[in-house]
Amino acid sequence: MFSAIMKSKLMQGKTLPVLIIVSLILIVWYVMAVRLNTPWQLGVYERSDVTEWTTSQFINDTLNQDRPVLPSVHQVAIELWNTTGAKFGSCWGKASDEQSLGIISKTWETIVCASTSRRSLIYHAWITLSATLLGFTIGSVLGISLAIGIVHSRAMDKSMMPWIIASQTIPILAIAPMIIVVLNAVGVSGVLPKALISTYLSFFPIAVGMVKGFRSPETIQLDLMYTYAASKSQVFWKLRWFSAMPYLFTSMKIAISISLVGAIVGELPTGAVAGLGARLLSGSYYGQTVQIWSALFMAAALAAILVSLVGVVERFATAKMGARA
Amino acid sequence: MNISFLMVALVFWLGAWALNEYLVRLEPENQTVARGIDLFVPISFGITLLVIWEFVTKGLNVSPILLPPPSMIWGRLLVSGSILWADFQQTFLKSVLVGFVAGCSSGFLVAIAVDRSPFLKRGLLPIGNFVSALPIVGVAPIMVMWFGFDYQSKVAVVVVMTFFPMLVNTVSGLAAANDIEKDLMRTYASSYWRTLFALRLPAAAPFIFNALKINSTLALIGAIVAEFFGTPIVGMGFRISTEVGRMNVDLVWAEIAVAAVAGTCFYGVIALIERKVTFWHPSVRGGRG
Repeated sequence: MFSAIMKSKLMQGKTLPVLIIVSLILIVWYVMAVRLNTPWQLGVYERSDVTEWTTSQFINDTLNQDRPVLPSVHQVAIELWNTTGAKFGSCWGKASDEQSLGIISKTWETIVCASTSRRSLIYHAWITLSATLLGFTIGSVLGISLAIGIVHSRAMDKSMMPWIIASQTIPILAIAPMIIVVLNAVGVSGVLPKALISTYLSFFPIAVGMVKGFRSPETIQLDLMYTYAASKSQVFWKLRWFSAMPYLFTSMKIAISISLVGAIVGELPTGAVAGLGARLLSGSYYGQTVQIWSALFMAAALAAILVSLVGVVERFATAKMGARA
Repeated sequence: MNISFLMVALVFWLGAWALNEYLVRLEPENQTVARGIDLFVPISFGITLLVIWEFVTKGLNVSPILLPPPSMIWGRLLVSGSILWADFQQTFLKSVLVGFVAGCSSGFLVAIAVDRSPFLKRGLLPIGNFVSALPIVGVAPIMVMWFGFDYQSKVAVVVVMTFFPMLVNTVSGLAAANDIEKDLMRTYASSYWRTLFALRLPAAAPFIFNALKINSTLALIGAIVAEFFGTPIVGMGFRISTEVGRMNVDLVWAEIAVAAVAGTCFYGVIALIERKVTFWHPSVRGGRG
C-alpha cells in the first residue's frame, strides 16, 4: 500500500511532496508552539488559581496567548488579515456615501484609507517596497553601467573588479545606520537613504552577472560582427546586450530579494517610524511576537512576489526575443 | 575650502589612472612581472581612493561628523584598540564563527539526507530555494527574544541564515558528477558511501565552496544585524548603532574597517582553501595561466 502511494504519479511530481513537507512543518510548528508556550501558560493558571484543566483546554490556551513565545500559525494569519484585508472592511464602513461619484469614489476612499492607516500592514509594506524598488532601480543601472565600463576598458577591469568583489565581503549592512544618520544630518531623509543601502547590496550581483553576460558571446559571433565592420556600439547593442539577457534576469532575481533585505535593515536604525523593519523593531521592543511574525510573513510574501515578477518579465522578454517557451 | 588639497587629489587621481592605463597595456614576457602588475593595479586603485578621500574631505572642509578622513580613522583605530578587540571577540569569534560552522555543517548533513531520499529532494528543495530568497535577517528579533541578549541569539540567527544556501548548493553539487563517472564507480562495485566520498563530494566541492563564500558574508551580516535588536554592551553591531547616535563617527568607521578586514580575511581564507581543494577545477587551473 505505502509503496504503491510512493510510486504513484502524484509523488513523482513536486506538488505532493512539497505539500506533505509543508504540512509536516505546520504540525511541528504547532507542537513547538504548545511546548514553548507551556511555561507561561502554567504561570497564568497558577496566578489565577486555576487548578484543573483539560488537555484540550490547555492546548487551546497555549495557542492563543497574547504574547506567545512562538505564535501559532492561525494567530499570525488572523493578525495578517486584520492588518490587511480587514482594513478594507472597516474603511469601507467609514467611507462616506455622500460623494457624487458614489461607489467609485467610495472604493477609492477605501483603498486610500486602508493603505495609509498606520496600523495597516499594507502601508508599512508599501514604505519598504518603495525603498526596495528605488534602490533596485538605481542598483541595476549602476551595475549595468559598471559592467559596460569593465567590458570595454581593460584598466577598469583590472583595477575595479577585485574591489567590487571585496566590497561585498564587507558586511555593508553594518554601515546602514551610519548612512541613514549621516544623510539625515545633511538633510536627505525619507526613502532615499534606505534606497541607497538597497542599491549597494543590489548593484553587485548585477555587475558581476552582466560582466559575465556581456562576455558570453562566442568568438565566432564576435568575428561575424567584425566581418560586418560593426562598430563597438553596434556589437554591444546587437550582440552583447542580447546574449547577456539570461544573466541579467538571473542576477536581477538575486538583486531584488537582497535589496528588500537592505530596505528592511535600513529601517531598523531610523527609530521605528514606518516600514516592515520598523514593525520588526517595535514588535521586538514591546514583545509583540505576533506582530513580528506577521511582518516577517509579509516580507516573505513581498520577496516571493518581487522575484516572481522578475520571472514574468523574463519570460515575456525571452518570448519577445524568439526563444521557444 | 582649500584649493591646493583638491588639486593634489585631482593630480594624484589622474596620475594613478594614467599609470594603470599604461600598465594594463604592457604585455610582459616575464610571468612574475605580469603577476606583479595584476596585483599592483587594484592596489593602486585602492590607494588612490584613500588619497582622494583624504584630500577631498580636507579640501572641502567636510565635517568629520559626516565623513572623517582616513587618517583620523586610522588614529582612532590605534587609540581604541581594546574596545575594538572586545567587540571583535564578541561578534566575530563567538557569534559568527560558531554560527557559521554550525549552520554550514547542518546544511551539509541535511543535504546528504536529502540526497539519499528522492522524496525529500522533490519536497524539501523547492522550499529551500524559496526560503533562501526570503529576508531571513527578519528572524533576528525572534531569536533575540528566544535565546536572550548574549551571543547565543546571534549564533542562532547565523545558523538560520547560513543553513539554506549550504543546503541548496550542496544538493545541486551532489548532482554535478556525470553519469559516465558514476557508471565507472558502479563497475568498481563501490558502495553509496564510497561513491560519495571518492567521486561525488569532490565533484560537489566547487558548489560547496561557493556556499561557504556566500555564507561567510551572510554570517557577518546576520550577527551584526541581530545586535541591533539587543545585545550586552559589547559587539560590533551594538557599537556601530550606539556610537552613531553619539556622533563618534570616527569610532564607527574604525569598527567598519575592522569588520571589513575581518570579512575580507574570512572570505580570503575560504578562497585559499578552495584553491587547494579544487585544484582540478578549470577556474583554478585557468588562474595559474
